Amino acid sequence: LSAPAPRAVNVDLQTDAMLQVDISDALSERDKVKFTVHTKSTLPNFKQNEFSVVRQHEEFIWLHDSFVENEEYAGYIIPPAPPRPDFDASREKLQKLGEGEGSMTKEEFTKMKQELEAEYLAIFKKTVAMHEVFLCRVAAHPVLRKDLNFHVFLEYNQDLSVRGKNKKEKLEDFFKNVVKSADGVLVAGVKDVDDFFEHEKTFLLEYHNRVKDASAKSDRMIRSHKNAADDINRIASSLYTLGTQDSTDLCKYEQMLSLDFTRSCLHKIEARIAADEDLKLADLLKYYLRESQAAKDLLYRRSRALVDYENANKALDKARAKNRDVLQAETSQQLCCHKFEKISESAKQELIDFKTRRVAAFRKNLVELAELELKHAKGNLQLLQGCLGILKGNT
Amino acid sequence: MADTARDAPPEQTDFHELEDGEELFPEPATTQESQPASLAAEDISTNSNGPKQDSLFDDDPEDLFAEATEEVSLDSPERDVLLSDGPSPAITPITPPTSVITPRIGHTHDDMFTHSSFDEIEEEEGGDSFDIHISVSDPEKVGDGMNAYMAYKVTTKTSMSLFKRSEFAVKRRFSDFLGLHSKLASKYLHIGYIVPPAPEKSIVGMTKVKVGKEDQSSNEFVEKRRSALERYLMRTVKHPILLKDPDVLQFLESSELPRAVSTQALSSAGLLRMVNKAADAVNKMTIKMNESDAWFEEKQQHFENLDVQLRKLHTSVESLVCHRKELSVNTAQFAKSAAMLGNSEDHTALSRALSQLAEVEEKIDQLHQDQANADFYLFSELLGDYVRLLTAVKGVFDHRMKTWQKWQDSQMLLQKKREAEAKLQFTNKPDKLQQAKDEIKEEIEELEGKVQQGERDFEQISKTIRKEVSRFEKERVKDFKTIIIKYLESLVQTQQQLIKYWEAFLPEAKAIS
Repeated sequence: LSAPAPRAVNVDLQTDAMLQVDISDALSERDKVKFTVHTKSTLPNFKQNEFSVVRQHEEFIWLHDSFVENEEYAGYIIPPAPPRPDFDASREKLQKLGEGEGSMTKEEFTKMKQELEAEYLAIFKKTVAMHEVFLCRVAAHPVLRKDLNFHVFLEYNQDLSVRGKNKKEKLEDFFKNVVKSADGVLVAGVKDVDDFFEHEKTFLLEYHNRVKDASAKSDRMIRSHKNAADDINRIASSLYTLGTQDSTDLCKYEQMLSLDFTRSCLHKIEARIAADEDLKLADLLKYYLRESQAAKDLLYRRSRALVDYENANKALDKARAKNRDVLQAETSQQLCCHKFEKISESAKQELIDFKTRRVAAFRKNLVELAELELKHAKGNLQLLQGCLGILKGNT
Repeated sequence: MADTARDAPPEQTDFHELEDGEELFPEPATTQESQPASLAAEDISTNSNGPKQDSLFDDDPEDLFAEATEEVSLDSPERDVLLSDGPSPAITPITPPTSVITPRIGHTHDDMFTHSSFDEIEEEEGGDSFDIHISVSDPEKVGDGMNAYMAYKVTTKTSMSLFKRSEFAVKRRFSDFLGLHSKLASKYLHIGYIVPPAPEKSIVGMTKVKVGKEDQSSNEFVEKRRSALERYLMRTVKHPILLKDPDVLQFLESSELPRAVSTQALSSAGLLRMVNKAADAVNKMTIKMNESDAWFEEKQQHFENLDVQLRKLHTSVESLVCHRKELSVNTAQFAKSAAMLGNSEDHTALSRALSQLAEVEEKIDQLHQDQANADFYLFSELLGDYVRLLTAVKGVFDHRMKTWQKWQDSQMLLQKKREAEAKLQFTNKPDKLQQAKDEIKEEIEELEGKVQQGERDFEQISKTIRKEVSRFEKERVKDFKTIIIKYLESLVQTQQQLIKYWEAFLPEAKAIS
């Protein structure tokens, strides 16, 4: 299953004409997805001005992790990694459909199959979009776009031999996260002198939690909507079978026609809404859930640096008092100070950019959501009124 | 005053297994007339006005009417005339119309008796066009504790001359409706009329109401029941024959109605019904009918398919109602969450927009609720009604089979008696011979009569069923169409509301800078 890359991006970005990245193609195989990453650039470090490579999800993760682990980037919001392509649910449904083939009419089966395939396609498109957004964010960042790993990722046309983490590494990661969250709690307690950062800390914490909640609730809402849409689909099919099975010769043809109309009408109505709300609202919320987490991580790193700086200060004072290892303490303190200031400086800008991006993204998506809802409601209205006209006319 | 034409010996009972309660006492020694309340007549006929508790047959007064119709099976001259035109035996009297027709029935009954043909009855209705509307309203709790019950106001608005007034109301309780149905069923089902089933009992639902729980679910229950009762009555009066039944008229008009005791689930009559139903089921399996008429086979198959489809549809609609309610809940929760998000957002315009979004979603949640209710009341309940109606339809086909069986049994018996008669010729007991011969001759005559009657009954029920099925199908198509139209109209309203809400929201979203 392959799909042309969607150009629509959830996040509003400023792309530099000097470096343009997109996913021009994608191929879904048994258990992996192959993305064709296409680059157009006038940067001198690339051998050509335009080229493509094939990458898999693990390689994206490797790239993301290399940013996170790079001390140099501690002061930036690292664009969140794209979520793993997850077709499991969809595949399971397709399988169940295949098993239940005997128990439904051919018409129902074809209809459900079409639906599931459409769902599969939608998930596919979404995962491609997510991966593309990640790359675009990196390409748009003034510092990250220059990263060597990034260039290798874009240009190196062999497999990067990045294997997924093995069990040991996953376990290490797990512990690292535990330590980090514990630490995060400690560090968060440290009051910041700087009003800007203090405000941002409070804000982000609350915002992140609320986005999480909103994202979960919107998912539930959409699931309910899909369930209702499935029911309507089944009802419409039943009505149709009822109509066609009717052996009375009372306007049989008209009946069939109007029933068919009603059926497709009802079906379109429900299915559309579910799909669009999904794209606009839920994806937006999910994305900002991840972004706000990345912003939180930045704040954490800064706080961590601040704590280190304060500790270094204390150590220096102690060393001076004892008059031992003063030079060492001084160097260490200077390093910490430098690190902290560097992070603080870039963090401020990053957080301001984050807000700008966020506001723009929400605006764009909310406007598009409202416009889509209107378009569909009006379309549905027309459809329904047409349908009613036919039904009433045939009395 | 026994009808002299009747000399049906009780032995008939031998040949019938205990099928319907009605047939327990097929040949009543006493009663005569059939139902027309007209019978201010001397005896029993008064029963048409309500269950006679002290009747001969315990508390299953329906029997009286059953017998009455059995009556018609005798060779009365009127009957022959009537048969040829296929009348509704339930209405025509047996005895020569020295009619003691009480004025309250109105002159239409006169006309009916003189014309006495089903077809003409329908024409008759053409003249007095079907214009009657019944509403069930104002549920009121009467009494306290476990003896409490809900009383409903039944209002009839009509221009038909069948009724004394053009608008009137009475108070009825649920068991009254059940009583009405049970009377109609006993009178008409076994001769092929599709009697609309009454709404179902619900011990749980009623107990909640009795106990006095004034909450959402018991209110919903009462509303559900009220709506079902209304549909039941409308469906019943839409049937041209049932409309004119004195029990129906009495139900609608008379202010006092004797309590229908035999409708209680655990009464002896109820138990009897259950036993009979079980016996019925066994019988059905053993009757192998030689269907000479393909129409019936076809129709039965058609109704089987319809049953399956309707049940499936009903399940889907119930699932939809459930999911819609879920959707409404989830939308409300999302709305709250979005409001919270808006609160924590520090960009003012975006914050306001998010709050607006939350409001829109809240309104949409309400829309979903309303839509769910529409789904339910329009669609789901109708489907439930039809699933139950189909049971009545199938029952009618079964009765035809039983009628056929009865006829066949009579024939077989006749055959045996004839053989016995033949054998008698060769016995060597001269003194007893003549007596025996006479006896057998008598029996044979009687059986011949029975066989003829059986055949006539069978033809009659077949004819009635054809008409009923055709009427049923017409009604069904009409009903469904009406419901679909109503449903689509409710969807139209929803879309219009949605447009209003989103149009109000759009400028807010655009205002984010």
